[in-house]
Amino acid sequence: MANVISDETIEYVGILAKLELSEEEKEQAKKDMGSMLDYIDKLNELDTSGVEPMSHVFPVHNVFREDVVANGNVREKILANAPKEKDGSFVVPKTVE
Amino acid sequence: MEKQYETVIGLEVHVELATKTKIFCSCSTEFGGAPNTHTCPVCTGMPGSLPVLNKQVVEYAIAVGLATNCSITQYCKFDRKNYFYPDNPQNYQISQLYLPICRNGGVEIETKDGEKKVVGIHEIHMEEDAGKLIHDEWEDASLVDFNRSGVPLIEIVSEPDMRSADEVIAYLEKLRMIIQYLGASDCKLQEGSMRADVNLSIREVGAETFGTRTEMKNLNSFKAIARAIEGERERQIDLLESGKAVIQETRRWDDNKETSYAMRSKEDAQDYRYFPEPDLVPIIISDEWIEEIRSRQPELRTEKLERYKTEYDIPQYDAEILTSHKKLADIFEATVALGKKPKEVSNWLMVETMRLLKEHDLEPSDLTFAPENLAKLIDLIEKGAINRTTAKEVFEKVFAENADPEVYVEENGLKIEADDGALKAIIESIVAANPQSVADYKAGKKKAIGFLVGQTMKAMKGKADPGTVNKMLTEILDS
Repeated sequence: MANVISDETIEYVGILAKLELSEEEKEQAKKDMGSMLDYIDKLNELDTSGVEPMSHVFPVHNVFREDVVANGNVREKILANAPKEKDGSFVVPKTVE
Repeated sequence: MEKQYETVIGLEVHVELATKTKIFCSCSTEFGGAPNTHTCPVCTGMPGSLPVLNKQVVEYAIAVGLATNCSITQYCKFDRKNYFYPDNPQNYQISQLYLPICRNGGVEIETKDGEKKVVGIHEIHMEEDAGKLIHDEWEDASLVDFNRSGVPLIEIVSEPDMRSADEVIAYLEKLRMIIQYLGASDCKLQEGSMRADVNLSIREVGAETFGTRTEMKNLNSFKAIARAIEGERERQIDLLESGKAVIQETRRWDDNKETSYAMRSKEDAQDYRYFPEPDLVPIIISDEWIEEIRSRQPELRTEKLERYKTEYDIPQYDAEILTSHKKLADIFEATVALGKKPKEVSNWLMVETMRLLKEHDLEPSDLTFAPENLAKLIDLIEKGAINRTTAKEVFEKVFAENADPEVYVEENGLKIEADDGALKAIIESIVAANPQSVADYKAGKKKAIGFLVGQTMKAMKGKADPGTVNKMLTEILDS
């Protein structure tokens, strides 16, 4: 494997992704990420000069909606997904900036 | 010698677009609904839901881009910006990083000493707004309302071209005017439909490179922006003068305490792990589409100002005030279209309307009266049915309640007595009751007539035209 993921990187990626990994999981993730980067390196060997970067796999563009209100109030159904609700709102752990 | 510092400012301005529905779903964008009543699986980030782009968002963004001299990105797409925060139900925001819809524009502002200067616009991109967090005072919890989640925004990113709070405000006013004229947003800072984040750094005068910048948030009035810029400039100078470094960070301005505090160290763009949004297909904007939008662009302020001067013969100063806000200009044109004299309409808007707005701490966008009612009021004056003092009183009702002046004047008995006989009788009794003033007048003190006019108006309870009273009094006294 050409790409070696450091402990710091895996720690940082874990923080960004809000994942708490065990030591074994960290080792596995380092290996997986390394081989993914190896694969990208392989792709980089191809000469892609003059090729437009692809941004979507389907040859479709300009899919739009008209600006017309079609949704009504379905608060009860939406809040049925909430682990906890209060006063018509989702309850989450206290979050202050 | 003391070091001289230059302030370098760039702005990120978020503008809520005036669409009826959200950017990716058909929920209403109406402000002020009960929590979560304007939500659906898309804007609450439910698994399996898919976004569909609102065409009007693209059209407003193009319109703003054209009006700010940007080039339109004809192959344009959305990207995912990943971060965790409870107001962001998908754990990503759909935004644009790689191919923003508008680039390389700029607007001209006038600096304090009257010089013209162009503030560059780096890019304008489309994105979705987040939900709102309300902190529960009773429990250790926060409540999330997703009504605002998915409301369309454009973010206008300027170049670091501004050097003072005055320039920043001139730039914001210019943007606001353009966007309001386009009808793309009402741009109310207090209500958050226009939000400005200030990126500020300082450097020694003459330096080539920029200093480390901070980003300041939570600025919801022009005054707060000016104070925050002054405060941050001072803070950074103090740091540098005492040999410390400015840290790149996001700071939150507290306008009550007039101080700012660090929110979190600013994450680098790569930490957001942007990638092309797979749930939305690219947007291809044809030349025809751009031209169609260009041809629909309304008359903007500069053109309107010139037209007012030539078409309505309105002086420069008046035209500037009338066109300073689209709402004022709209009322002006609609009232003039009802056949009223432009100068007369302009006076009511410039003097009484502006006075009442200031008195009630309102903005022109808050005006609710119908042009028809202003036209009726002007009619009443022209017909001589009410005098100007009464008219001002009636106008306050028009301003506050959109009252119909004809009905109001009728119901409150404010009409001038057209019966000359009754007026003449009153004047004669006033003359008889005030021999001293009459004697003064006859002795050459012409000013004494003012007192008699006043007494007559009082006796008539204001329902007389002072000009007519003056004329009749003179006739009686001189006879």
